[in-house]
Amino acid sequence: MPLTSISSTHCDGPVIHFDNVTKTYANQGRPALENVNLDVEKGEFVFLVGPSGSGKSTFLRLVLKEERPTSGRIHVAGKDLARLTNWKVPHLRRRIGCVFQDFRLLPNKNVYQNIAFALEVIGKPRRFIRKVVPEVIDLVGLEGKRDRMPDELSGGEQQRVAMARAFVNRPMILLADEPTGNIDPATSIGIMKVLDRINRTGTTVVMATHDAAIVDSMRKRVIELEYGKVVRDQSRGVYGQAY
Amino acid sequence: MRAQFVFHEVWIGLRRNLTMTVALVVVVAISLSLLGTGLLFVKQVDNTRQFWQSRVQLSVYLCTKSSLGGTCAKNGAVTPDEITSIRNQLLATHDIASIQYVSQKQAVAQFRQEFANDEPIVKYTSTDQIPPSFEIRLKNTETDAASVTQVMDGAPGVSGVINDASILDQFYRLLDGARNAVVLIAIFLLVAAILLVANTIRLSAFNRRRETSIMRLVGASNFYVQLPFLMEGMIAGLIGWLVATGLLIVAKSLLLSSLHSVFPLGVQLSTTDLVEVIIVAMITGLLICGSTSFLTLRRYLRV
Repeated sequence: MPLTSISSTHCDGPVIHFDNVTKTYANQGRPALENVNLDVEKGEFVFLVGPSGSGKSTFLRLVLKEERPTSGRIHVAGKDLARLTNWKVPHLRRRIGCVFQDFRLLPNKNVYQNIAFALEVIGKPRRFIRKVVPEVIDLVGLEGKRDRMPDELSGGEQQRVAMARAFVNRPMILLADEPTGNIDPATSIGIMKVLDRINRTGTTVVMATHDAAIVDSMRKRVIELEYGKVVRDQSRGVYGQAY
Repeated sequence: MRAQFVFHEVWIGLRRNLTMTVALVVVVAISLSLLGTGLLFVKQVDNTRQFWQSRVQLSVYLCTKSSLGGTCAKNGAVTPDEITSIRNQLLATHDIASIQYVSQKQAVAQFRQEFANDEPIVKYTSTDQIPPSFEIRLKNTETDAASVTQVMDGAPGVSGVINDASILDQFYRLLDGARNAVVLIAIFLLVAAILLVANTIRLSAFNRRRETSIMRLVGASNFYVQLPFLMEGMIAGLIGWLVATGLLIVAKSLLLSSLHSVFPLGVQLSTTDLVEVIIVAMITGLLICGSTSFLTLRRYLRV
């Protein structure tokens, strides 16, 4: 299927670069992330694993510039986030797609409208929207369901809509925060196939998860966080540490 | 920028908190029309003042046989010598634009003409009761009027001095009082309007937090996220202003016109004055609604 490539990058360095990043939330003694150094290259598929509270969500929020690091430098898509002015943050976010455990669809819009919304609000022309939305609906495997409302869809299908919305603007990076958290294992396989398909178009995927079976079966790079520190960074890794 | 999308969002927002929108429109309408009424009063007073500034006269009434004021009862009717000396004294001491002697005969003729429709008054007023006078126009009425009164009061042959301005001052005071009351109420209502705008926007932002969080997530610019809310406040303000415009037109034609029938002030407010006030009301309304929405949004729709 032809996929129009929109966001092409000219930087050859890592897509996500953390340089000694520490994040301490106000009124909390222990840092959520502590001295994290890591690079994610363009086109990589990375699992972010670790128990609750280990800093996975903080990592994702830092990439989106929803939070600022207490110390250290973060580069995303070649941009130094510390030097990115507030009014340019939206442009950064246009290059990052997001998928969440709870789908975050608009209940009063159907599949097509939910996906088109992401393009409407960044001012894309209607002609463009009419062309690309059906493409991503096909990509995530929701052919023939474009007029369904979210409450008429299964959890897996809703997550596919969310992925289509995250991917419709062809982002450089897709962040997935426990995308299979609310979905049964059988359906999860389908979700992972879509993520893999997205990854193969050249989009970097970072997925935070607790799902050991998925991590083990995919054999991708695994970064494990514990108490805010990177305790393992393995290419072709598995969920549990192999003792 | 896709206008249709923005307007659709605005429409949804206004419809979803209809009660708040209606409350906002009503309060904006009333506060703006009161503010406008206050401004109309200000203009009325200003125009009246300007109109009378050059027309104000001092009348120095002279003694007749029957008059009792000043030195009249003691000295009797004014003598030709006294008339001359009064004129000379006035010319010597004050900056006088014009001075005119109105003899008793002329005064009677004038009186009869003015009250031609009112026969009993003419019939029962004896010639003696109508005094001759000096009609004076000063170059600087405001500064000199008091001293003329002071000098002339009690001068031989003078029964009394009447300053037109002092009569007008009463009207001014009345109008100023009305203006102050109206503007004060308008200010209170504008404060209420500000709070209502803030609350409406806050509710609206809360109602649409899903949409806005997704908008931020997919990288909609702040402007795009905030514009629908900003427009919501502004449109409510505009509707309020339209209602206020209607009320102001009614207020002008009813209130001020009936005022004119009671106090002939000499000047009517023109349509231009009304249009000016309506424009000021619009700017005030838009500024208040727009800036309040904007400031509220900064608090509730952070990046």
